[in-house]
Amino acid sequence: MRAFLGVLAFLGLIALAFWAYRENYATQAALQEVDQLHDEILDLRRALEVQRAEWAYLNRPDRLRALAAANFDRLGLLPMEPHQFGTPGEVAYPKLDLPPINLPVTIQGTEPPDAAGP
Amino acid sequence: MRTPLRPLARILQARAEGLNPDLIEAENLRARREIARDRNRGRAERRLKFLSFGFILAFMAIGGRMGLLATTPPNKERAAKAPEVEILALRSEITDRNGRILATNLATHTLYAHPLAMVDPKTVAAKLAVIFPDLDADTLERRFTDGRSFVWVRRVMSPEQMQLVHEIGDPGLEFGTRDVRLYPNGSLAAHVLGGTTYGALDVKVTEIIGVAGVEKALDARLRDPAQADTPLALSLDLSLQTTVEEVLAAGMGMLNAKGAAAILMDVRTGEILSLASLPTFDPNDRPGPPVDKAADPADSPLFNRAVQGVYELGSTFKIFAVAQALDLGLVGPDTMVDAEAPMTWGKHKIKEFENKNYGPLLSVSEVIVKSSNVGTAHIALMIGPLRQQAFLKSLGFFEPTPVELIEAPGARPLIPKRWPEIVAITTSYGHGLSASPLHLAAAYAAIANGGVMLKPTLLRRDGPASGVRVMSEATAAEAVKMLRRVVTDGTASLGEVPGYEVAGKTGTADKPKASGGYYEDKVINTFAAVFPASNPQYVLVVMLDEPLDTAGSEPRRTAGWTAVPIAAEIIRRVAPLMGLRPRLEAAALGAIPVSSN
Repeated sequence: MRAFLGVLAFLGLIALAFWAYRENYATQAALQEVDQLHDEILDLRRALEVQRAEWAYLNRPDRLRALAAANFDRLGLLPMEPHQFGTPGEVAYPKLDLPPINLPVTIQGTEPPDAAGP
Repeated sequence: MRTPLRPLARILQARAEGLNPDLIEAENLRARREIARDRNRGRAERRLKFLSFGFILAFMAIGGRMGLLATTPPNKERAAKAPEVEILALRSEITDRNGRILATNLATHTLYAHPLAMVDPKTVAAKLAVIFPDLDADTLERRFTDGRSFVWVRRVMSPEQMQLVHEIGDPGLEFGTRDVRLYPNGSLAAHVLGGTTYGALDVKVTEIIGVAGVEKALDARLRDPAQADTPLALSLDLSLQTTVEEVLAAGMGMLNAKGAAAILMDVRTGEILSLASLPTFDPNDRPGPPVDKAADPADSPLFNRAVQGVYELGSTFKIFAVAQALDLGLVGPDTMVDAEAPMTWGKHKIKEFENKNYGPLLSVSEVIVKSSNVGTAHIALMIGPLRQQAFLKSLGFFEPTPVELIEAPGARPLIPKRWPEIVAITTSYGHGLSASPLHLAAAYAAIANGGVMLKPTLLRRDGPASGVRVMSEATAAEAVKMLRRVVTDGTASLGEVPGYEVAGKTGTADKPKASGGYYEDKVINTFAAVFPASNPQYVLVVMLDEPLDTAGSEPRRTAGWTAVPIAAEIIRRVAPLMGLRPRLEAAALGAIPVSSN
């Protein structure tokens, strides 16, 4: 009986040692991966920073002004002026394309599928 | 050698002498036991010593291990560590009020060398001199071969240059990282941002320190690791700042002015939306301070005229005397005051501009509209020097502005030492007391917002601002009405911007000479504007240093011809950007598109 228990304990010890060994290497691998991910995050942050700086640099007011001037014939951009403010009253009411008055009333609002546009 | 217990010789002898032989045996037994006892004691002692030595060793091992565990960071923490820890050294960004970047950091590379690890210093030096034309091959070679172990080669280089250095492929050349502070908008808002320099330098870490402006004033906040990820939001608006600087620079060029400054402020919060000072500089490549100590610091582009420059701001001060008199109930807007010029006070003579005479009597609002020195002088005498001082103090004219710039606390207003009545008179029309344009903007904001003095700030304010009431709401409204008349009927007629009801006051002051006295032909022109007059929301102060309008038949130096048109153009450009809708009379509405084209 005692011998049997001894053998059992020894086998248990071997199993535990094997488990601990594997666990140790798994942890080390995980830590390495975490380090790699940190480095990657850091690199991406740096890259993001560069992109943000570049975005700000390319959108600096001086450059936008020069671009607006260079492309004036296509875009026609000018500084905003006070007279560009309007009132709702100045906005033209959208033109309604009313159907001819002699059409049957039932067609209004159901718009036949072949009718293009409003 | 074991001695027998009963040696035969001694037993026989004892028997022969009639003694008891057992005594001999007992005697020998005792001696033998003594020897055994001594031996056992020695053995036990050795065992005890060995055991205690073993225990000490074991405890020391455990103690040492515990100490080691306590002092070394456990591995577990490494896994939980946030990546932010790595970039603690960074400085937080600065943005405008809408989050557009004004200052950020950029990671670049530096080049250093370990000459002892270098394979071929001579070739490396020659190749480096080709890549960096400003380096000298002989100097480099000497530095690589004189036995030192570390040499900085380049503090800044472009990625292309870095690639070329890579291609040299010498193990003695190494790259370090370097963060640079980048101001992507160039010289825009340069005086607000200030600039940075390097503190401690390492091949891995760079310490960036603010040297001027917000960068220095809020250095601790910008370097705070806990707030490194939160950008510092200023009250400035990038679009407004651009427009103000553009118009101001154009105007300054047209009028041949030496310098110019403009401040645009929100009167309800005290936020400075734009602060410009010309000439300006590029904070990415900040020029050094003036080498010549005797030179006027105001001539350096680093000088912030809006905050550091203290000037006699001239007639713009008149509204303070009038507002105070109204608030004290001494006069009403239509009270007639003595305006007979010239006025004699002791041995001083107070004259009007170009020796005019608006007298004998002028209503209080006409005093402002016509900018009468004599009329203001009489109002100041009614108020008296003590009350005048207290009022100007409450408007902040006795202290440096509390704005978040490192230059601000140093720009102390120049106040007369004594305050007799003649000083009260000159101060009432803006002579004798020198203050910065920012002081003026803050005081005008108090008039514009209904009489509450707010602390001007360069930081975005998200909540409402609270301040000290310095005059009643009715007085403030009356003062704005008078300022509006200056534009419609008075000295600032060029300041009218259709739809924005500009109100304001001009000021023209002769420049004081460094040697005492005043220049004949050098002036400081100021225009302090409030708009729109019916519901004041913004204050704009434009200041020009030595302007000269040569468009007319004779040169003109009054603010009405210089600062006012510039201010009007700034308002015309920035008001729509701020979403301020022009208020137009119904009759004028149809005519707008035609008239504005």
